[in-house]
Amino acid sequence: MARKRLIPKLQLMTSSYRTDKMVLVITRQFHDVTEIGDAVSQSKIYQDQGADELIFINIDRENKNIRMLAEIIHKVSEEIFMPITVGGGVSDEEHFRILLANGADKISMNTAAVSDPSFISLASAKYGAQCVVISIDYKLNAQGQYRVCTRNGTEETNLHPVEWAIECEKRGAGELLLSSISHDGMRDGLDITLTKQIADAVGIPVITSGGCGLAQHFAEGYLYGHAHAVAAGTFFAHRDQNFMQTRSQIKNAGVDIRVYT
Amino acid sequence: MTIGIVDYGMGNLLSVYSAFDYLGAQVKICTTPDDLNAVDKIVIPGVGAFKDCISRIDMNGFHEALDEHTRQKGKPTMGICLGMQVMAQKSFEGGEFHGLGWFDAEVIRLHPKNRDLHIPNIGWNEVLLNTSIPLFKGMPQKADLYLVHSFYMSCQSKTDIVAEYYYNHAVTAAVLKDNVFATQFHPEKSQDLGLRIIDNFITWNP
Repeated sequence: MARKRLIPKLQLMTSSYRTDKMVLVITRQFHDVTEIGDAVSQSKIYQDQGADELIFINIDRENKNIRMLAEIIHKVSEEIFMPITVGGGVSDEEHFRILLANGADKISMNTAAVSDPSFISLASAKYGAQCVVISIDYKLNAQGQYRVCTRNGTEETNLHPVEWAIECEKRGAGELLLSSISHDGMRDGLDITLTKQIADAVGIPVITSGGCGLAQHFAEGYLYGHAHAVAAGTFFAHRDQNFMQTRSQIKNAGVDIRVYT
Repeated sequence: MTIGIVDYGMGNLLSVYSAFDYLGAQVKICTTPDDLNAVDKIVIPGVGAFKDCISRIDMNGFHEALDEHTRQKGKPTMGICLGMQVMAQKSFEGGEFHGLGWFDAEVIRLHPKNRDLHIPNIGWNEVLLNTSIPLFKGMPQKADLYLVHSFYMSCQSKTDIVAEYYYNHAVTAAVLKDNVFATQFHPEKSQDLGLRIIDNFITWNP
């Protein structure tokens, strides 16, 4: 079986200082944006520390320029030699083509898939299921129900994340990326309940994210959430957190994870 | 010394190109069979379906050109993923299709009995390497390498196999015969260990 994976999630936004440049940011509950630096140099740090893959998501609500995103991915892929997932504003086939040609291995999409689920099948048939990642942002609403959200967490849909996950798999998604809006950036632990429900309901790999603040949180994601991968943004953006250290702690908790040599 | 990457119009060559370039090799993207005249070593990358791959290789005239440069002239050649599978006699992916026929092998679907093992298998797997070959110089005997595939090369001649991994059954992860080397895993996506294999190919003198 493939090893469990540990994935830094790099969120990008237009810099508030330079509108022609996208920078790396961290968020809390999809708000409270903090600019933390350059995506390419941060990727190199992650590579040196032996991350298993990288995920890049453009979370800018205004700027969904695919070319700008593709330029960053192009620069990254000249120096980064691991699988790369890219998303944020992907809404048609041309976006897939541009991002793949610039070094992406997998493409993630959320809003476009919810608006037109048939696009999942189309993309999967054309580029292969291994290339299609459906990103599911979800939260517990005021009624205590889990709901899928689109447009960077601003719009709540009627979809339940578990039902939507099953639908995505049926339509040809190769992988799911779950993000808990409530736990995002809070460092209070992953949503294990929902992660497990989805991971047990589908046959495709599930990446869960949102809330990792301790190495133990990652271990819980694999062991109790049954996730194939755990992604984190805030956790790794703080320089005192180091992959190699986290990895050994996760391994010691009994998870089959790659030990970087 | 120039390394030619065969571009038969499918898949993403950028990562493979970047890896060779990063290691200081002189790389040329070969979009026509004639481009192969100017290179000393050949890399056949590939992502996608076997049928599309071989039909493009046939249509673009790469089939004869690759036979000439790799088989007759003996240029060191490396296949990656689908670029490995296409070197088999035939593949059963989506029908039955002939390949380049450089290896006495057939490409068949992964067939784990364990239902927890998914197809395609995507991710880092522990691969057992025959470290006595020059291409695996400096490598550990067990290396975590990145794979994405549903089909694999099942070899008639076991001596061609230089790496395997276990997915409820043995899966060919790399083959070597004379001047032809091929990997099912993606060295260009396998970080340091992958780059080491690419570097070994750059300096390889079969």
